[in-house]
Amino acid sequence: MFGKLTLSAIPFNIPIVMGAVAFMVLGAIAVLGIITYLGKWKYLWTEWLTSVDHKKIGIMYLILATVMLLRGFADAIMMRSQQALSYGSNMGYLPPEHFDQVFSAHGTIMIFFMAMPFIIGLMNCILPLQIGARDVAFPMLNNLSFWLTAGGAVLINVSLAIGNFSRTGWLAYPPLSELHYSPGVGVDYYIWALQISGIGTTLTGVNFIATILKMRAPGMTLMRMPVFTWASLCANILIVATFPILTVTLGLLALDRYLGMHFFTNSLGGDPMMYLNLIWIWGHPEVYILMLPIFGVYSEIVPTFSGKPLFGYTSMVWATMGIALLSMLVWLHHFFTMGSGGNVNAFFGITTMIISVPTGVKIFNWIFTMYRGRVRFETPMLWTVGFLITFTIGGMTGVLLAEPPADFVLHNSLFLVAHFHNVIIGGVVFGVFAGLTYWFPKIFGFRLNERIGRWAFWCWLIGFYVAFMPLYALGLMGATRRMDHYDVAAWHPLFIVAAIGSGIIFVGIMLQLAQLVVSIMQREQTRDTTGDVWNGRTLEWSVPSPAPAYNFARIPVVRDIDAFWDMKQRGVDLKSATFVPIHMPRNSATGFLIAGFAFVVAFAMVWHIWWLAIAGLAGALVTLIRHAFNDDRDYHLGADEVRRIEALHGRVQARSM
Amino acid sequence: MSNGPIVVQGSSLALKPGYADHAADALRDLRQSGDAVDFEVEHHHDVASTIQLGFWIYLMSDCLLFSGLFATYAVLSGHTAGGPSGSQLFDLPSVLVETMFLLFSSFTCGLATLSMNANKARATVGWFAVTFLLGLGFLIMEVREFAHMVSIGAGPSRSAFLSSFFTLVATHGLHVTCGLIFMAVMMVAVLRKGLTDTNRARLNCLSLFWHFLDIIWVGVFSLVYLFGVVH
Repeated sequence: MFGKLTLSAIPFNIPIVMGAVAFMVLGAIAVLGIITYLGKWKYLWTEWLTSVDHKKIGIMYLILATVMLLRGFADAIMMRSQQALSYGSNMGYLPPEHFDQVFSAHGTIMIFFMAMPFIIGLMNCILPLQIGARDVAFPMLNNLSFWLTAGGAVLINVSLAIGNFSRTGWLAYPPLSELHYSPGVGVDYYIWALQISGIGTTLTGVNFIATILKMRAPGMTLMRMPVFTWASLCANILIVATFPILTVTLGLLALDRYLGMHFFTNSLGGDPMMYLNLIWIWGHPEVYILMLPIFGVYSEIVPTFSGKPLFGYTSMVWATMGIALLSMLVWLHHFFTMGSGGNVNAFFGITTMIISVPTGVKIFNWIFTMYRGRVRFETPMLWTVGFLITFTIGGMTGVLLAEPPADFVLHNSLFLVAHFHNVIIGGVVFGVFAGLTYWFPKIFGFRLNERIGRWAFWCWLIGFYVAFMPLYALGLMGATRRMDHYDVAAWHPLFIVAAIGSGIIFVGIMLQLAQLVVSIMQREQTRDTTGDVWNGRTLEWSVPSPAPAYNFARIPVVRDIDAFWDMKQRGVDLKSATFVPIHMPRNSATGFLIAGFAFVVAFAMVWHIWWLAIAGLAGALVTLIRHAFNDDRDYHLGADEVRRIEALHGRVQARSM
Repeated sequence: MSNGPIVVQGSSLALKPGYADHAADALRDLRQSGDAVDFEVEHHHDVASTIQLGFWIYLMSDCLLFSGLFATYAVLSGHTAGGPSGSQLFDLPSVLVETMFLLFSSFTCGLATLSMNANKARATVGWFAVTFLLGLGFLIMEVREFAHMVSIGAGPSRSAFLSSFFTLVATHGLHVTCGLIFMAVMMVAVLRKGLTDTNRARLNCLSLFWHFLDIIWVGVFSLVYLFGVVH
C-alpha cells in the first residue's frame, strides 16, 4: 500500500537530524499558527499563492531563496565545524554517512533552490518593468514555474525527516548513484526534486524569452534594452537550451534505478562517463545561467551609482552573448582526468581560457564606467566593488584550473572547492545582495537600512576570504574535497581558520536578517514616494514603488538606452491626464494545483507508491484540462480605478486639456 | 490639438472612440513624423503570435531533449553486451508501415489546418479524428513491437543498446500519446465552442506539435532502424 515507506523511515535514532526536523516542524507550526491567528488564509490564497502578478511571484521566489539560503548555510557550518574538529583521533560529530548527505544537500540546495530562485526572483520583480511591459507573456505559467520550484525545495526538506538524502555529491555521479551502490531513497529524492524544479525552470525560460522578444515597449529595440534584460535573455536562452539535457540525464539515471536499465552501470554495456558528459553539458551553462543575470545586475548598479551611462554598452551585449555561446563549449574541463587524450583536453582547455576574454571586457567596462564618475558608495555599490576584486581572483584561479596539466594535480582538491566558491560567492551571491539592496525599494516601497547593510557586507567580504583562502592552500597541500576526517597535522590549523571564516559569514547573515527586521520597523522613515530612490536610469524607476498591479498606466515610448534617464533629461511629465481600462489576467489556482500534484507524484515515486503516482499524474492532467476549458481568465481594470491608484502616487494631472 | 483619430493630451497620445482599426497605423505615422510622443495610452500585444512564439521555443527545448536521447543512442548503440543487435531485432517492413501511419497522419493534420483556415469546424474535427486514428494505429504497432522484443528476452534491461533504444523510441511514443490527448481535448473544445480565437491558437500549436513529432520520427527511422539494419 505505501511502497517502501514505513515508520522506520523516520530517523528517530539520529539526534542531530531529529533536532533539525523538530526545528523545521516547530517553525512551520509557528508560521501556520500566526497566519490562522491573524485570519489571513483567504488573503494569502487569493492575493499571493494563486497570484499571476510577476511582482508577487518574484517576491515568493525571493522568500523561498532566503529560506533555502539559511538551510544550505546550516549545512555549510556543519561541514566546516566537522572538518575543524575531525583530525587525528577526534572523529568529529558527524558520521561519514551523515556528512556525505550534508555536502550533497549543501550543493544541491545552494545551486537549485538558493541561487536559481534568487535570480529568477529578481528577473520576475524587475524585468517586465525594465522593458515597459504590464506582465510576462504567460502569467499563469509563471505561477506554475514558481510552485514547481517550491515543490522541489519542499521535497528536499522532506528527505530530512522521512528517509534520507543522497550521499553522492551535488551531481550524483554514477556508478556510485546507481542502485547497486546507493540502494536507499536518497538519490531518488535528489532525482525527483531536481526533475520537478527543472521543469519549472524550463518553463520560466520559455516564458521570459517570449516576454523579452514580444512585450517590449514601443521604441525599445534590442540594442536599447537594459543590460540586465539582455543578460537575462541570454541566461534564459541557456535555460531552454540546456535544462532539457538535465531532464534527460536524470531521467536516464532514474530508468537505471527503477527499471534496471544500463545507461550508466558498470555492467551490460553501461557507460558511467557518459553521465559526466551529459550532466556537464547542462552543468557548465548552468554556471552562466547564474552568472549572466548577475553581470546584468552589476551593469545596472555601476552606471546608476557613478552617475554615468554604462561604458561600452555594445561590447557588453556582445560579451554577454559570447559567454553564452562559449559556455556550451567547455564542459569537458570538469573531467580532464577522464583520459580523453591530449588533443581533446587541449581544445577544452583553450575554450575555457577564451571565456576570460569577454569576462575581462565586462570587468573593464565596469571600471571605465566608474572612471571619472561621481561614484556613490552606498551598499549596492559596496557589494559591486567587493565583487570586482573577489571575482577577478576567482577568475584567475579558474584559468589556472583550465590548464589540463595543472588540473590533473588539482582535480577534486580543495583548490577547486575554493575556486568555485570564489566565483559563486564573490560573483553570484554578492550580486544577489547587491541587486536586492538596489531594487528592494522598488519591490517593497521602502529602503533597507544602510548602516546594518554595510556591516553585513564587511562580514561577508572578510568572512569569505578567511573561509576560502585557506582552502586554496589546503588544495595545493593535497587535501581532497568531501573528507569527513583526516590525519595530516599541517592541514588542521588551516581548517580551523576556514571554520572561523564561516563563523564571520554567519554573523553577516544574522546582520542581514536584523537589517530586514529593522528596515521593516523603520519603513515609514525610508518610504520611497518618488519611485526613483537612486536617481535611476532605466524604466523600472519611472513607475511608483511598489509598482501598481498593471505596472504602467501608460506605456512609455523609448528613445534611448537609458530610457528613463532620457525622459528625465527631456523633462517628460510623469503625470497623466487620460486613463483607459487595462486588460489584466485573473489569478488562478491551476499552477498551485498542478505543482501540488507533481509533488505528490515525486514523493510517490521516491517511495515506490505506484497507485499514488498514477493518481497524482491523473490529478495534474485533469487540472490542466479543466484549465483549458476555463474561459474566465481575464478582466479589465476600469479607467476610474486606474486613475484612483495613480492618484495615490500623485501621478494624475490636475486638469486634462 | 487634434490630428485625425489621435488626440494629444499633455505629453501623451489618445485615440478618439471608434478609430480602433487605424490606431496602430496612426500612432506609427505620428511617431515617425517626429512629434514628441512619450507615452501610448492604448497599447495592445498580439496574443496569438506570442503564444505561437512561446510554443516554438518550447518545441526547440523538446527538440534538445530528443537530441540528448539521440546522442545517448549513438554512443550506446554498439554496446550490445553479447545480446541481440539491431539487425537481428528490427523488422523493417513493419516499421515502414508504422512510419506511413505517422506520415499520413501529418498529412491529414495539414488538411485539418486547411479546414480550420476555411472556417469549417466540422471538417476540422473530422480530419483531426482521422489523424487521431492514424496516430493511435502508430502507437498500437509500436507497443506490439515492444511487447514482442520483451517476450523474446530483448527488453530494455538486457543491454545498454536496448536501454537506449527503448528509451528513445518510447519517449517519442509518450509524446505521441500526449499529442493524442491534446487532440481529443481540442476536438471536444471545437465541438463545444466552435473555432474561437483561443481554439485556433491552440489548434495551431497542436499542429506544430504533431509535425514536430513527425520530424523526430524521421530521425528515429533513419538513425535507429535503417542504420541498425545496415550495421
